[in-house]
Amino acid sequence: MLGALIIVFREVIEAGLIIGIVLAATRGVRERGAWVGLGVGIGTLGAGVVALFAEAISSAFEGAGQELLNASVLGAAVVMLMWHNAWMARHGREMTAEMAAVGEAVTTGKRPMTALAVVVGLAVLREGSEVVLFLYGIVATGTSASALLIGGTLGLAVGAAFTALTYYGLLAIPARYIFAVTTVLIALLAAGMAAQAVQFLDAAGWINVLGQRLWDTSGVLPQDGIVGRMLHTLVGYTDRPTELQLIAYLATLAVMAALTRVAAPPRSARAAA
Amino acid sequence: MRGLALALAPAFVLAALGLPSMTAAAQEFNLVIRNHKFEPEEIRVPAGKRVSIYVSNEDASPEEFDSSALKVEKVIPGKSKGLVRIGPLAPGRYEFIGEFHADTAKGVVIAE
Repeated sequence: MLGALIIVFREVIEAGLIIGIVLAATRGVRERGAWVGLGVGIGTLGAGVVALFAEAISSAFEGAGQELLNASVLGAAVVMLMWHNAWMARHGREMTAEMAAVGEAVTTGKRPMTALAVVVGLAVLREGSEVVLFLYGIVATGTSASALLIGGTLGLAVGAAFTALTYYGLLAIPARYIFAVTTVLIALLAAGMAAQAVQFLDAAGWINVLGQRLWDTSGVLPQDGIVGRMLHTLVGYTDRPTELQLIAYLATLAVMAALTRVAAPPRSARAAA
Repeated sequence: MRGLALALAPAFVLAALGLPSMTAAAQEFNLVIRNHKFEPEEIRVPAGKRVSIYVSNEDASPEEFDSSALKVEKVIPGKSKGLVRIGPLAPGRYEFIGEFHADTAKGVVIAE
Protein backbone atom coordinates (compact mmCIF):
# COMPACT_ATOMS: atom_id res chain seq x y z
CA MET A 1 0.00 0.00 0.00
CA LEU A 2 2.78 2.39 0.98
CA GLY A 3 4.62 1.63 -2.25
CA ALA A 4 1.56 2.53 -4.30
CA LEU A 5 1.04 5.70 -2.27
CA ILE A 6 4.61 6.89 -2.75
CA ILE A 7 4.82 6.22 -6.48
CA VAL A 8 1.41 7.70 -7.25
CA PHE A 9 2.14 10.75 -5.09
CA ARG A 10 5.52 11.26 -6.75
CA GLU A 11 4.07 11.27 -10.25
CA VAL A 12 1.01 13.29 -9.27
CA ILE A 13 3.03 16.14 -7.74
CA GLU A 14 5.12 16.44 -10.89
CA ALA A 15 2.01 16.93 -13.00
CA GLY A 16 0.38 18.85 -10.13
CA LEU A 17 3.09 21.52 -9.95
CA ILE A 18 2.59 22.17 -13.66
CA ILE A 19 -1.20 22.33 -13.29
CA GLY A 20 -0.84 24.70 -10.32
CA ILE A 21 1.31 27.08 -12.38
CA VAL A 22 -1.08 26.89 -15.35
CA LEU A 23 -4.05 27.69 -13.11
CA ALA A 24 -2.24 30.66 -11.58
CA ALA A 25 -1.14 31.92 -15.00
CA THR A 26 -4.72 31.82 -16.27
CA ARG A 27 -6.20 33.62 -13.34
CA GLY A 28 -9.28 35.49 -14.45
CA VAL A 29 -10.01 33.37 -17.51
CA ARG A 30 -13.59 32.24 -17.19
CA GLU A 31 -13.60 28.81 -18.85
CA ARG A 32 -10.11 27.84 -17.70
CA GLY A 33 -11.48 25.16 -15.34
CA ALA A 34 -13.09 23.38 -18.27
CA TRP A 35 -9.90 23.66 -20.35
CA VAL A 36 -7.64 22.35 -17.60
CA GLY A 37 -10.19 19.61 -16.88
CA LEU A 38 -10.15 18.69 -20.55
CA GLY A 39 -6.35 18.57 -20.49
CA VAL A 40 -6.37 16.28 -17.44
CA GLY A 41 -9.07 14.07 -18.98
CA ILE A 42 -7.38 13.62 -22.34
CA GLY A 43 -3.99 13.23 -20.64
CA THR A 44 -5.34 10.45 -18.43
CA LEU A 45 -6.85 8.72 -21.45
CA GLY A 46 -3.55 9.11 -23.29
CA ALA A 47 -1.67 7.68 -20.30
CA GLY A 48 -3.84 4.57 -20.48
CA VAL A 49 -3.19 4.20 -24.21
CA VAL A 50 0.59 4.66 -23.77
CA ALA A 51 0.60 2.08 -20.97
CA LEU A 52 -1.45 -0.34 -23.07
CA PHE A 53 1.00 -0.11 -25.95
CA ALA A 54 4.09 0.10 -23.74
CA GLU A 55 5.67 -2.94 -25.33
CA ALA A 56 5.10 -1.82 -28.91
CA ILE A 57 6.39 1.66 -28.10
CA SER A 58 9.41 0.25 -26.30
CA SER A 59 10.48 -1.90 -29.23
CA ALA A 60 9.78 0.73 -31.91
CA PHE A 61 12.69 2.62 -33.49
CA GLU A 62 15.24 -0.05 -32.63
CA GLY A 63 14.37 0.02 -28.96
CA ALA A 64 14.34 3.80 -28.69
CA GLY A 65 10.59 4.35 -29.09
CA GLN A 66 10.00 5.23 -25.46
CA GLU A 67 12.82 7.79 -25.37
CA LEU A 68 11.66 9.37 -28.62
CA LEU A 69 8.07 9.54 -27.40
CA ASN A 70 9.22 11.25 -24.20
CA ALA A 71 11.40 13.68 -26.13
CA SER A 72 8.51 14.50 -28.48
CA VAL A 73 6.05 15.04 -25.64
CA LEU A 74 8.49 17.33 -23.85
CA GLY A 75 9.38 19.16 -27.07
CA ALA A 76 5.70 19.77 -27.86
CA ALA A 77 5.15 21.12 -24.33
CA VAL A 78 8.11 23.50 -24.72
CA VAL A 79 6.63 24.90 -27.96
CA MET A 80 3.22 25.38 -26.30
CA LEU A 81 4.80 27.20 -23.35
CA MET A 82 6.70 29.48 -25.74
CA TRP A 83 3.48 30.28 -27.56
CA HIS A 84 1.79 31.11 -24.29
CA ASN A 85 4.53 33.45 -23.13
CA ALA A 86 4.64 35.20 -26.50
CA TRP A 87 0.89 35.75 -26.29
CA MET A 88 1.19 37.08 -22.76
CA ALA A 89 3.94 39.49 -23.83
CA ARG A 90 1.51 40.98 -26.31
CA HIS A 91 -1.61 41.12 -24.16
CA GLY A 92 -0.49 40.75 -20.56
CA ARG A 93 -0.22 44.47 -19.90
CA GLU A 94 -3.81 45.21 -20.92
CA MET A 95 -4.99 42.28 -18.84
CA THR A 96 -3.18 43.43 -15.73
CA ALA A 97 -4.60 46.92 -16.20
CA GLU A 98 -8.06 45.51 -16.66
CA MET A 99 -7.74 43.31 -13.61
CA ALA A 100 -6.69 46.27 -11.49
CA ALA A 101 -9.50 48.44 -12.84
CA VAL A 102 -12.49 46.16 -12.71
CA GLY A 103 -11.47 43.26 -10.51
CA GLU A 104 -10.39 39.84 -11.66
CA ALA A 105 -13.86 38.31 -11.75
CA VAL A 106 -14.85 40.50 -14.67
CA THR A 107 -11.81 39.99 -16.86
CA THR A 108 -13.11 37.81 -19.63
CA GLY A 109 -10.06 38.25 -21.84
CA LYS A 110 -10.47 36.01 -24.86
CA ARG A 111 -7.27 34.16 -24.14
CA PRO A 112 -6.26 31.10 -26.04
CA MET A 113 -6.34 28.34 -23.44
CA THR A 114 -5.47 25.68 -25.98
CA ALA A 115 -1.70 25.92 -25.52
CA LEU A 116 -1.80 25.51 -21.75
CA ALA A 117 -4.50 22.82 -21.88
CA VAL A 118 -2.16 20.86 -24.17
CA VAL A 119 0.71 21.36 -21.70
CA VAL A 120 -1.48 20.00 -18.88
CA GLY A 121 -2.55 17.06 -21.04
CA LEU A 122 1.07 16.20 -21.95
CA ALA A 123 2.20 16.43 -18.31
CA VAL A 124 -0.59 14.11 -17.18
CA LEU A 125 0.13 11.72 -20.04
CA ARG A 126 3.82 11.46 -19.18
CA GLU A 127 3.46 11.01 -15.44
CA GLY A 128 0.19 9.10 -15.68
CA SER A 129 1.45 6.35 -17.96
CA GLU A 130 4.06 5.42 -15.36
CA VAL A 131 1.39 5.24 -12.67
CA VAL A 132 -0.80 3.03 -14.84
CA LEU A 133 2.09 0.66 -15.61
CA PHE A 134 3.12 0.51 -11.98
CA LEU A 135 -0.39 -0.20 -10.73
CA TYR A 136 -0.89 -2.77 -13.47
CA GLY A 137 2.32 -4.47 -12.36
CA ILE A 138 1.08 -4.74 -8.80
CA VAL A 139 -2.20 -6.25 -9.92
CA ALA A 140 -0.32 -8.67 -12.18
CA THR A 141 1.77 -9.95 -9.28
CA GLY A 142 -1.37 -10.48 -7.21
CA THR A 143 -1.10 -7.92 -4.44
CA SER A 144 -4.48 -7.31 -2.88
CA ALA A 145 -6.50 -4.91 -4.99
CA SER A 146 -7.92 -3.11 -1.97
CA ALA A 147 -4.49 -2.18 -0.56
CA LEU A 148 -3.55 -0.95 -4.00
CA LEU A 149 -6.71 1.08 -4.32
CA ILE A 150 -6.25 2.68 -0.90
CA GLY A 151 -2.58 3.48 -1.54
CA GLY A 152 -3.28 4.83 -5.01
CA THR A 153 -6.21 6.94 -3.88
CA LEU A 154 -4.27 8.36 -0.94
CA GLY A 155 -1.35 9.17 -3.25
CA LEU A 156 -3.70 10.92 -5.64
CA ALA A 157 -5.36 12.86 -2.81
CA VAL A 158 -2.07 14.04 -1.30
CA GLY A 159 -0.83 14.97 -4.77
CA ALA A 160 -4.01 16.93 -5.49
CA ALA A 161 -3.71 18.74 -2.16
CA PHE A 162 -0.19 19.67 -3.18
CA THR A 163 -1.46 21.08 -6.48
CA ALA A 164 -3.95 23.21 -4.57
CA LEU A 165 -1.15 24.41 -2.29
CA THR A 166 0.96 25.47 -5.30
CA TYR A 167 -2.00 27.29 -6.79
CA TYR A 168 -3.03 29.16 -3.65
CA GLY A 169 0.58 29.95 -2.87
CA LEU A 170 0.90 31.63 -6.26
CA LEU A 171 -2.42 33.40 -5.80
CA ALA A 172 -1.02 35.11 -2.71
CA ILE A 173 1.10 37.14 -5.14
CA PRO A 174 -0.54 40.54 -5.77
CA ALA A 175 -2.49 40.71 -9.05
CA ARG A 176 -0.11 43.35 -10.36
CA TYR A 177 2.81 40.92 -10.36
CA ILE A 178 1.13 37.58 -10.94
CA PHE A 179 1.60 37.49 -14.71
CA ALA A 180 5.21 38.60 -14.46
CA VAL A 181 5.86 35.78 -11.96
CA THR A 182 4.02 33.09 -13.93
CA THR A 183 5.78 34.17 -17.14
CA VAL A 184 9.16 33.60 -15.46
CA LEU A 185 7.97 30.29 -13.96
CA ILE A 186 6.75 29.13 -17.37
CA ALA A 187 10.06 30.09 -19.02
CA LEU A 188 12.00 28.06 -16.41
CA LEU A 189 9.56 25.16 -16.74
CA ALA A 190 10.10 25.12 -20.50
CA ALA A 191 13.89 25.34 -20.15
CA GLY A 192 13.88 22.35 -17.78
CA MET A 193 11.72 20.36 -20.17
CA ALA A 194 14.05 21.14 -23.08
CA ALA A 195 17.02 19.91 -21.03
CA GLN A 196 15.14 16.68 -20.28
CA ALA A 197 14.16 16.27 -23.93
CA VAL A 198 17.76 16.41 -25.20
CA GLN A 199 18.75 13.82 -22.58
CA PHE A 200 16.04 11.49 -23.93
CA LEU A 201 17.38 12.01 -27.47
CA ASP A 202 20.82 11.12 -26.12
CA ALA A 203 19.43 8.00 -24.44
CA ALA A 204 17.74 7.13 -27.74
CA GLY A 205 21.14 7.23 -29.41
CA TRP A 206 20.06 10.05 -31.73
CA ILE A 207 22.43 12.59 -30.27
CA ASN A 208 25.88 11.53 -29.28
CA VAL A 209 27.68 14.77 -28.63
CA LEU A 210 28.33 17.05 -25.67
CA GLY A 211 27.43 14.28 -23.25
CA GLN A 212 30.12 15.16 -20.70
CA ARG A 213 28.90 15.79 -17.21
CA LEU A 214 29.45 19.41 -16.17
CA TRP A 215 29.11 19.13 -12.41
CA ASP A 216 27.77 16.84 -9.70
CA THR A 217 25.72 18.33 -6.89
CA SER A 218 24.01 15.05 -5.97
CA GLY A 219 25.81 15.13 -2.62
CA VAL A 220 24.36 18.51 -1.70
CA LEU A 221 20.92 18.39 -3.30
CA PRO A 222 20.08 14.96 -4.73
CA GLN A 223 17.63 14.98 -7.61
CA ASP A 224 15.93 11.90 -6.14
CA GLY A 225 15.04 13.68 -2.91
CA ILE A 226 11.73 15.44 -2.47
CA VAL A 227 13.19 18.96 -2.78
CA GLY A 228 15.40 17.97 -5.72
CA ARG A 229 12.47 16.35 -7.47
CA MET A 230 10.29 19.43 -7.09
CA LEU A 231 13.05 21.73 -8.28
CA HIS A 232 13.61 19.34 -11.18
CA THR A 233 10.01 19.78 -12.29
CA LEU A 234 9.78 23.49 -11.54
CA VAL A 235 13.05 24.94 -12.78
CA GLY A 236 14.69 21.92 -14.40
CA TYR A 237 17.20 21.28 -11.61
CA THR A 238 19.54 18.44 -12.57
CA ASP A 239 22.23 17.23 -10.19
CA ARG A 240 24.51 15.97 -12.97
CA PRO A 241 23.82 18.00 -16.11
CA THR A 242 25.58 17.33 -19.40
CA GLU A 243 26.96 20.08 -21.61
CA LEU A 244 24.13 19.59 -24.06
CA GLN A 245 21.52 19.87 -21.31
CA LEU A 246 22.91 23.20 -20.15
CA ILE A 247 22.99 24.46 -23.74
CA ALA A 248 19.37 23.38 -24.31
CA TYR A 249 18.35 25.03 -21.04
CA LEU A 250 20.02 28.36 -21.80
CA ALA A 251 18.92 28.32 -25.45
CA THR A 252 15.29 27.85 -24.42
CA LEU A 253 15.51 30.79 -22.02
CA ALA A 254 17.12 32.89 -24.77
CA VAL A 255 14.40 32.00 -27.29
CA MET A 256 11.74 32.77 -24.68
CA ALA A 257 13.28 36.19 -24.01
CA ALA A 258 13.59 36.94 -27.73
CA LEU A 259 9.99 35.89 -28.41
CA THR A 260 8.75 38.04 -25.56
CA ARG A 261 10.59 41.03 -26.99
CA VAL A 262 9.37 40.47 -30.55
CA ALA A 263 5.79 39.88 -29.44
CA ALA A 264 5.61 42.94 -27.20
CA PRO A 265 3.19 45.53 -28.59
CA PRO A 266 4.70 48.59 -30.31
CA ARG A 267 5.16 51.70 -28.22
CA SER A 268 2.23 53.66 -29.67
CA ALA A 269 -0.20 50.84 -28.90
CA ARG A 270 1.21 50.62 -25.40
CA ALA A 271 0.67 54.32 -24.83
CA ALA A 272 -2.91 54.02 -26.07
CA ALA A 273 -3.58 51.16 -23.67
CA MET B 1 2.01 0.23 -36.08
CA ARG B 2 1.12 2.95 -38.56
CA GLY B 3 -0.68 4.91 -35.88
CA LEU B 4 2.30 4.57 -33.63
CA ALA B 5 4.64 5.82 -36.34
CA LEU B 6 2.36 8.83 -36.77
CA ALA B 7 2.29 9.44 -33.05
CA LEU B 8 6.06 9.39 -32.98
CA ALA B 9 6.45 11.62 -36.03
CA PRO B 10 7.27 14.71 -33.94
CA ALA B 11 10.36 12.86 -32.77
CA PHE B 12 11.67 12.96 -36.30
CA VAL B 13 11.24 16.70 -36.40
CA LEU B 14 13.01 17.06 -33.08
CA ALA B 15 15.85 14.87 -34.16
CA ALA B 16 16.13 16.69 -37.48
CA LEU B 17 16.59 19.90 -35.51
CA GLY B 18 19.25 18.25 -33.42
CA LEU B 19 22.49 16.85 -34.64
CA PRO B 20 22.84 13.81 -36.82
CA SER B 21 23.51 10.80 -34.69
CA MET B 22 26.95 9.38 -34.96
CA THR B 23 26.61 5.71 -34.31
CA ALA B 24 29.81 4.59 -32.74
CA ALA B 25 29.89 0.88 -32.10
CA ALA B 26 28.79 0.64 -28.48
CA GLN B 27 29.89 -2.22 -26.28
CA GLU B 28 26.97 -4.44 -25.24
CA PHE B 29 26.04 -5.86 -21.86
CA ASN B 30 23.14 -7.97 -20.65
CA LEU B 31 21.03 -7.67 -17.54
CA VAL B 32 18.12 -9.80 -16.41
CA ILE B 33 15.27 -8.85 -14.10
CA ARG B 34 13.97 -11.92 -12.25
CA ASN B 35 11.75 -11.89 -9.15
CA HIS B 36 12.17 -8.10 -9.00
CA LYS B 37 15.96 -8.36 -8.75
CA PHE B 38 18.71 -7.52 -11.21
CA GLU B 39 21.08 -10.26 -12.32
CA PRO B 40 23.94 -9.49 -12.16
CA GLU B 41 23.68 -6.70 -9.62
CA GLU B 42 27.03 -5.31 -10.69
CA ILE B 43 28.18 -4.49 -14.21
CA ARG B 44 31.71 -3.36 -15.06
CA VAL B 45 31.89 -1.15 -18.13
CA PRO B 46 34.72 0.76 -19.79
CA ALA B 47 34.91 4.42 -18.78
CA GLY B 48 34.64 7.10 -21.45
CA LYS B 49 32.66 4.98 -23.91
CA ARG B 50 29.06 4.60 -25.02
CA VAL B 51 27.63 1.39 -23.64
CA SER B 52 24.42 -0.49 -24.50
CA ILE B 53 22.74 -2.56 -21.79
CA TYR B 54 20.06 -4.99 -22.90
CA VAL B 55 17.68 -5.42 -19.99
CA SER B 56 15.51 -8.50 -20.17
CA ASN B 57 12.53 -8.43 -17.83
CA GLU B 58 11.50 -12.02 -17.15
CA ASP B 59 8.89 -11.04 -14.59
CA ALA B 60 5.25 -10.67 -15.58
CA SER B 61 5.12 -7.14 -14.20
CA PRO B 62 6.69 -4.05 -15.75
CA GLU B 63 9.76 -2.45 -14.20
CA GLU B 64 11.35 0.95 -14.52
CA PHE B 65 15.11 1.03 -14.85
CA ASP B 66 15.82 4.25 -13.02
CA SER B 67 19.07 6.02 -12.28
CA SER B 68 19.68 9.71 -11.85
CA ALA B 69 23.40 8.94 -11.77
CA LEU B 70 23.22 7.35 -15.23
CA LYS B 71 20.50 9.78 -16.34
CA VAL B 72 18.20 6.97 -17.38
CA GLU B 73 14.48 6.42 -16.86
CA LYS B 74 13.16 3.53 -18.87
CA VAL B 75 10.10 1.37 -18.47
CA ILE B 76 10.58 -2.28 -19.41
CA PRO B 77 7.22 -4.02 -19.79
CA GLY B 78 6.79 -7.52 -18.34
CA LYS B 79 8.21 -10.42 -20.36
CA SER B 80 10.09 -8.15 -22.72
CA LYS B 81 13.44 -6.55 -23.41
CA GLY B 82 14.58 -2.97 -23.26
CA LEU B 83 17.71 -1.24 -24.45
CA VAL B 84 19.40 1.22 -22.11
CA ARG B 85 22.09 3.42 -23.64
CA ILE B 86 24.55 5.06 -21.24
CA GLY B 87 27.87 6.85 -21.19
CA PRO B 88 30.42 8.06 -21.81
CA LEU B 89 30.99 7.72 -18.06
CA ALA B 90 33.77 9.05 -15.89
CA PRO B 91 35.33 6.29 -13.76
CA GLY B 92 33.18 5.60 -10.71
CA ARG B 93 30.14 3.84 -9.28
CA TYR B 94 26.68 4.53 -10.68
CA GLU B 95 23.74 3.08 -8.81
CA PHE B 96 20.46 2.14 -10.44
CA ILE B 97 17.16 0.77 -9.15
CA GLY B 98 13.99 -0.79 -10.45
CA GLU B 99 11.68 2.00 -9.41
CA PHE B 100 8.58 -0.18 -9.23
CA HIS B 101 10.28 -2.55 -6.74
CA ALA B 102 12.83 -0.25 -5.19
CA ASP B 103 13.37 -2.36 -2.05
CA THR B 104 14.67 -5.41 -3.95
CA ALA B 105 15.70 -4.26 -7.42
CA LYS B 106 19.09 -2.59 -6.94
CA GLY B 107 22.28 -2.60 -8.92
CA VAL B 108 25.41 -0.68 -9.76
CA VAL B 109 27.36 0.13 -12.90
CA ILE B 110 31.09 0.44 -12.31
CA ALA B 111 32.96 2.41 -14.94
CA GLU B 112 36.71 1.82 -15.04
